[in-house]
Amino acid sequence: MSNPSKSHTLLSTVCGLLITLLTAPALAGSEVNIYSARKEDLIKPLLDDFSKQTGITVNLVTGKEAELLQRLQSEGINSPADLLLTSDAGRLAAAHHAGVLQTTPSKLLEKNIPAAYRDPEGYWYGLSVRARPILYAKDRVKPAELSTYEDLAASRWKGKICVRSSDSIYNQSLVAGMIAHHGEAKTETWAKGLVANFARSPKGGDRDQIKAIAAGECDLALANTYYLGGMINSSDQAEQEAAAQVAVFWPDTKTTGVHVNVSGAGVTAHAKNRDNAVKLLEFLAGDQAQHWYASVNNEYPVNPAIPPSATLKAWGEFKADTLNVAKLGELNADAVKLMDRAGWK
Amino acid sequence: MNGKRELWPRAAQTDRWTLLVAGVALLLALPVCTVFFTALQPASEVWRHLVDTVLADYVLNSMVLMLGVGLGTLIIGVPTAWLTGVCEFPGRRWFEWALLLPMAIPAYIIAYTYTGLLDFAGPVQSVLRETFGWSRQDYAFPEIRSLPGAVLMLALVLYPYVYLLARAAFLEQSAAVLEVSRSLGAGPWRRFLTVTLPLARPALIAGMSLVQMEALADYGAVQYFGISTFTTGIFRVWFGMNDATAAAQLAALLLLFVFTLLVLERLSRQQARFHHTGQRTQRPPRLQLPSRLKWLAASACMMPLLFGFLIPAGQLAAWTWRTAPQVIDGRFLELARHSLLLAGGSALLILLLALLLGYGQRLRPRPSVRLAVRGAGLGYAVPGTVLAIGVMLPFAAIDRTVDGWAREWLGLSTGLLLSGTLFALLFAYSARFLPAALHSVEAGLTRIRPSMDDAARVLGAKPREVLWRVHIPILRSSLLTALLLVFVDVLKELPATLILRPFNFNTLAVRTYELASDERLADSASFALAIVLAGIGPVILLSRAISHARPGHDALS
Repeated sequence: MSNPSKSHTLLSTVCGLLITLLTAPALAGSEVNIYSARKEDLIKPLLDDFSKQTGITVNLVTGKEAELLQRLQSEGINSPADLLLTSDAGRLAAAHHAGVLQTTPSKLLEKNIPAAYRDPEGYWYGLSVRARPILYAKDRVKPAELSTYEDLAASRWKGKICVRSSDSIYNQSLVAGMIAHHGEAKTETWAKGLVANFARSPKGGDRDQIKAIAAGECDLALANTYYLGGMINSSDQAEQEAAAQVAVFWPDTKTTGVHVNVSGAGVTAHAKNRDNAVKLLEFLAGDQAQHWYASVNNEYPVNPAIPPSATLKAWGEFKADTLNVAKLGELNADAVKLMDRAGWK
Repeated sequence: MNGKRELWPRAAQTDRWTLLVAGVALLLALPVCTVFFTALQPASEVWRHLVDTVLADYVLNSMVLMLGVGLGTLIIGVPTAWLTGVCEFPGRRWFEWALLLPMAIPAYIIAYTYTGLLDFAGPVQSVLRETFGWSRQDYAFPEIRSLPGAVLMLALVLYPYVYLLARAAFLEQSAAVLEVSRSLGAGPWRRFLTVTLPLARPALIAGMSLVQMEALADYGAVQYFGISTFTTGIFRVWFGMNDATAAAQLAALLLLFVFTLLVLERLSRQQARFHHTGQRTQRPPRLQLPSRLKWLAASACMMPLLFGFLIPAGQLAAWTWRTAPQVIDGRFLELARHSLLLAGGSALLILLLALLLGYGQRLRPRPSVRLAVRGAGLGYAVPGTVLAIGVMLPFAAIDRTVDGWAREWLGLSTGLLLSGTLFALLFAYSARFLPAALHSVEAGLTRIRPSMDDAARVLGAKPREVLWRVHIPILRSSLLTALLLVFVDVLKELPATLILRPFNFNTLAVRTYELASDERLADSASFALAIVLAGIGPVILLSRAISHARPGHDALS
């Protein structure tokens, strides 16, 4: 305020930035624009590799999935985005239903990605798999006592279970999967039983549940495997020690399989760089990218030919739920209401 | 002057001011209007579900949060403001600016750090267990991730709003008023309660209502603590149940709530329209505290600083020490530059807007103008994401219309002119943070007696001179306060930045969020700490400037 020349330069810099950003995408030659719900750290290194190999410039905006979808929808035919990347299959299905994706059939993608992890018509493709098994305290629970998700509602687990809030999409997907397999009435009874077994009111993230087991606050937790993987490989001594006290149990191996969800991507309906977007999709489903996913974020590759990381291998193999992940998106709203009724905070 | 000349410009001027102010205010109210507009659609069956299950929780928790945080910030902010404003004790000069530091810490970050320290697995409880040989059943430890915990966390980082405005008000109070009350035999306590506080009331209430709006709009901290409030409910309905209309209706309900709050605030301010009558040039001498009280005062000021800043920032620094080599790379400077540019640019822009609206109201005190300005001020209580979508939708509609027109008449596409630009981002910041600046500017304007204008005019000053030579010097501390509030707010702002920013454009807050939401708290610490550091510089500079703007220091003398 007191220094007008300073505010002047500031203003002109802001204007300059504005103009550059307005015109830059229009001037560039070969490029592809991404709206990504995957965090920058979990995608940028791959995109840089892609640019290096193909000479195609990649422009990236990250954000939360529902909001990126909203942005895509409201921008309509003028949207600069070519590819929508999400960390949840339900959102991709929702994007497909909202009409903002286009089908991009590709022999290579169909070969690399199993049918349960992609849209049947090729509107979107899964790129990495995450599993949400039961984690247990090594010193207090024997794996033989565990069997299924349903069993977590049994009264012998009263006051023993930690899980995060039902605001988390991970819990919403899990419950949506239960509804798909067991129907709404049975799932609601189960959810009520589970809530009755909570050791504490839900709070924190997945890592916090793992730490709570280590601290003796509860014996069992539901958490995504890559969080445990992240803690095992953490630079924080305390996180490593907490993770060491916890083991993975793969539930429902004799029945429906372990609950899984995928991160994935689809080409937008009004993509100006459709071919580049498909190239990028194929790159992300390719060997190099799949290896990277597995090793850096401790997720399971969608391509069954690619081995998981050493951390994941140590937990053994499991039978994944074969339900098409798109179903989880369809049932998400029902799942949220059900959890409200069950008193799952 | 002939009659014709005098009549004509006067009428035109009236219209121009009213139109300009109402126009700008309405434009800034656009996002809030979008929310109300969306909310007008018929209610879906989700409402039945909400009423049956969780709505009572949302209302109750939000109320407790709002009242608790309001009260908490008063308890912390007012005594510290009074002590540093009018008393003398060891470290007073240092506390003056240091007490502002907690505002540089985003609410969700302080929530994360305290959870790390205080939860069952954290160092505090572990040490207790080891020291006394306790196990889980042997002791009760207050749970930080609870509603009282959330109130405490928010109060610790939001009290500087009350402190800032209260201190500015205490500093403005003239020596004469206090001396009169002293000569009438009032002791220090009585003077504080019957003179100082009532005089400062408009500023205190302004600060508290800002705080309450921030508390209502908070998402990160309450979500992490697992507390269902209106804000978490809006997101749950919107993203979880995929019902944008019901979400907008919840948001509209929240806004009505806030509107009531603001009307009450306004009413209380109207009853308390004090203008100082004392000589502004006289600087009241600082109250010399007896030695016992001196140290009590210093410790009272130390507490909020310790819990609101030193402990969380210390935890961040410890994490940074460990993780910085892995997470800091060449992009760090770019992030910092983006953050500072956005914060600085929007602080200036918003200050100008606040001055425009503040003066508009003063010069044209009409109900229509007042209503428009109040409408523009609602954005502060809207959760950032809702506000951002409220910017995104109308901007996209404008883009579509212009593009459709250009395609039809010119045969070319103009594409996106507003969506996904920095302009959209600055607009969203203005719509959201205007009230922070406006409250401060208005609080300042109430300190300018209308008779001062008249006196200056009688002495031959032109309106512009009245502005520069009378108003600006008096307003200086309020203007600086407004700048500081907005600067720090924008620096911390996340949701709107996240949704509206252009390609390849990141800020410190975005980076912090990305790592923290991946539950990599330690990795996010470097960026959170950078936000805090970026906020400290302006905090110190402006705090200096504010104390220099004290009566006896300013240009008026």
